[in-house]
Amino acid sequence: MTIEELEQIAKSVSQENAKYDFEVNVCMDLACMSQGSDRLREALEKAANATGANVLVRRTGCMGPCSSGPLVRVDPEEILYHHVNADHAEAIVASLGGTPVPDLQCDLNEHFDRQVRVVLENAGHIDPEKIDDYISRDGYKALLTALTEMTPSGVIHRITESGLRGRGGGGYPTGLKWGTVAKAGGDLKYVVCNGDEGDPGAFMDRSVMEGDPHRVIEGMALAAYAVGASKGYIYVRAEYPVAVSRLTTAIREARRRGLLGNSICNTPFNFDVEIRLGAGAFVCGEETALLASIEGRRGAPRTRPPYPAVSGLWGKPTLLNNVETYANIAPIIRNGGKWFADMGSERSKGTKVFALTGKITNTGLVEVPMGIKLREIIEVIGGGVPGGHTFKAVQTGGPSGGCIPAEMLDLGVSYDALMAVGSIMGSGGMIVMDDTSCMVNVAKFFVDFCRSESCGKCVPCRAGTAQMFTLLTRICDGSGTMDDLELLVSLCETIKETSLCGLGMTAPNPVLSTIKYFKNEYIEHIVHKRCPAGVCNMEAPAAVGVPNEVLA
Amino acid sequence: MAAFIPPPLPSDDKRWKIVNGTMRKNGFARHALIETLHTVQSAFGYLDDDSIRFVARSLRVPLSQAYGVVTFYHYFSLKPPGKHTVTICAGTACYIKGSDKLVAAAEKRLGIPQGQTTKDGQISLMTARCVGACSRAPVVLSDGEVMGEMAVEHMLEQLERWAVE
Repeated sequence: MTIEELEQIAKSVSQENAKYDFEVNVCMDLACMSQGSDRLREALEKAANATGANVLVRRTGCMGPCSSGPLVRVDPEEILYHHVNADHAEAIVASLGGTPVPDLQCDLNEHFDRQVRVVLENAGHIDPEKIDDYISRDGYKALLTALTEMTPSGVIHRITESGLRGRGGGGYPTGLKWGTVAKAGGDLKYVVCNGDEGDPGAFMDRSVMEGDPHRVIEGMALAAYAVGASKGYIYVRAEYPVAVSRLTTAIREARRRGLLGNSICNTPFNFDVEIRLGAGAFVCGEETALLASIEGRRGAPRTRPPYPAVSGLWGKPTLLNNVETYANIAPIIRNGGKWFADMGSERSKGTKVFALTGKITNTGLVEVPMGIKLREIIEVIGGGVPGGHTFKAVQTGGPSGGCIPAEMLDLGVSYDALMAVGSIMGSGGMIVMDDTSCMVNVAKFFVDFCRSESCGKCVPCRAGTAQMFTLLTRICDGSGTMDDLELLVSLCETIKETSLCGLGMTAPNPVLSTIKYFKNEYIEHIVHKRCPAGVCNMEAPAAVGVPNEVLA
Repeated sequence: MAAFIPPPLPSDDKRWKIVNGTMRKNGFARHALIETLHTVQSAFGYLDDDSIRFVARSLRVPLSQAYGVVTFYHYFSLKPPGKHTVTICAGTACYIKGSDKLVAAAEKRLGIPQGQTTKDGQISLMTARCVGACSRAPVVLSDGEVMGEMAVEHMLEQLERWAVE
């Protein structure tokens, strides 16, 4: 494969597409599929064939506003239809070229206008199982350009210049990490993609892997070229079977086109990718635990240093990045580091994909420039809290993050700003809660999650999360005291400072942030034996046996 | 050192050949343990003592390590699943939208706690960490099929249909 061949493919795809008068794009992401978008696609194809209209019906990845699904977009007019089912297929085909179907048309301009799409630029525009579709939208151009015109250090320089930071949540500068792996000695190095999206309530990485798998592969190949690796692993959750099958297809297609394998683009660069399945352990999102899992062992983290950049998979230097980080690489190489650095805020560059869920009108995926105010995401893009309820808090960062109250909605989204208010950026889950959610119960939910996901290797996390859960259960069932609350806070500090890995260090965040911003709810529970949101059942007798059985 | 000869297949069951295929594809390397266990579970539905023993021996992994891996990861099951499985997502978005009520209703209807199968082997009640369909919370997987915005009554109707089958 050479650049000329790549351009030839892109040209033939656009010629092929030009033959059609209309393109009908059907979202086939998990959320739309669960509402019958696969039947809808068949019906559309049938209707198009029946009328003899010159229409291309294409399956695509997630278009974003899942709550309006199943979604259909008609190009070139860019008409978006929502809540479409198979019965509407004939009406849509009949309307092509004329007036759009009024009942189905949706007005989500406000939702889309504030977004900037870099990672999701292809979502909704390409068939994820067709490599040619990806190539026609500048796919693999960055890889071949880098291989033929740039040195590995040139690639790293461009990533450093862009200011990209790790999108898995930690926010470590990507260029710096790549530089460390590139400098590490040894001829065998690995590139690993973390697709173990463990944060319950987030699905950005799933959508990227399902909707645009080649983007991840291209990013990994560029990384491998930059750091001198020849083998890559994508670690995906087994709970995402569609992502696994789309990635498998993508890898096969890329090999067939000579974009993976030996002597890519007639250069000495060799690179191939393998998929490894996770098996349902949250802790495997931690880098050393993930590497242990790829090696076929229990996903228990180990002490660092040595960092994986020096000694990772099978003791070799290993570069580990998140799905979304890799998805940002190709556009940066194509458009330059400065282009990327011009987006976003002072110390957080570019865009971030968020999975907006919970008590909000427009649930789904959004991609916004860093620095955007939380209020804008929730009230404008998200459409606010539905059903006449009032907004109470937004939770970011999953079980490692915190709850941000209404007073702080004017906060600009960036790694540092979120950290300063006691939450974290995390991988991008954003869960909106209204007045029907009890914040003490929310804290208990997350602690329960961390307790069952703790790998058990270090004591602060294993015993500490169990004790936190006991205290929170007491407060929730009305038997808690103010001393319990004090003990809870000091226990949180201990766990934070003494745990081995990120899971334990961040497990107290949901508790501390709710105590900080919603202390009155804790006091209501303890002093007045009353749950303001009406969630906790204060009359039930204290759970017998359960909280005390797990100890160091 | 003598060449390693993998143990014979436990029985004539064709599914063992699929399992063996996964191991062969990975050159019987020890790091293929989780991959192989995935294959066993997808072929047999669960992992029993015989299959764990066979995989451990074939990959030259200590049995303790294989058992440790099986019990460490939630995805692996040591019990055979029922004829039908209802899986309620317990992710954060689903919790906020009331998945705990779904779990309570299903537990009451089936008379079993989550993670168990009814005595007649008809229905298994499971919870999942998150299936990634958070935008349609609360989510229930009905024999693997994703169903969003699930109401308690709707789920109970489904359980009713399965129970009388």
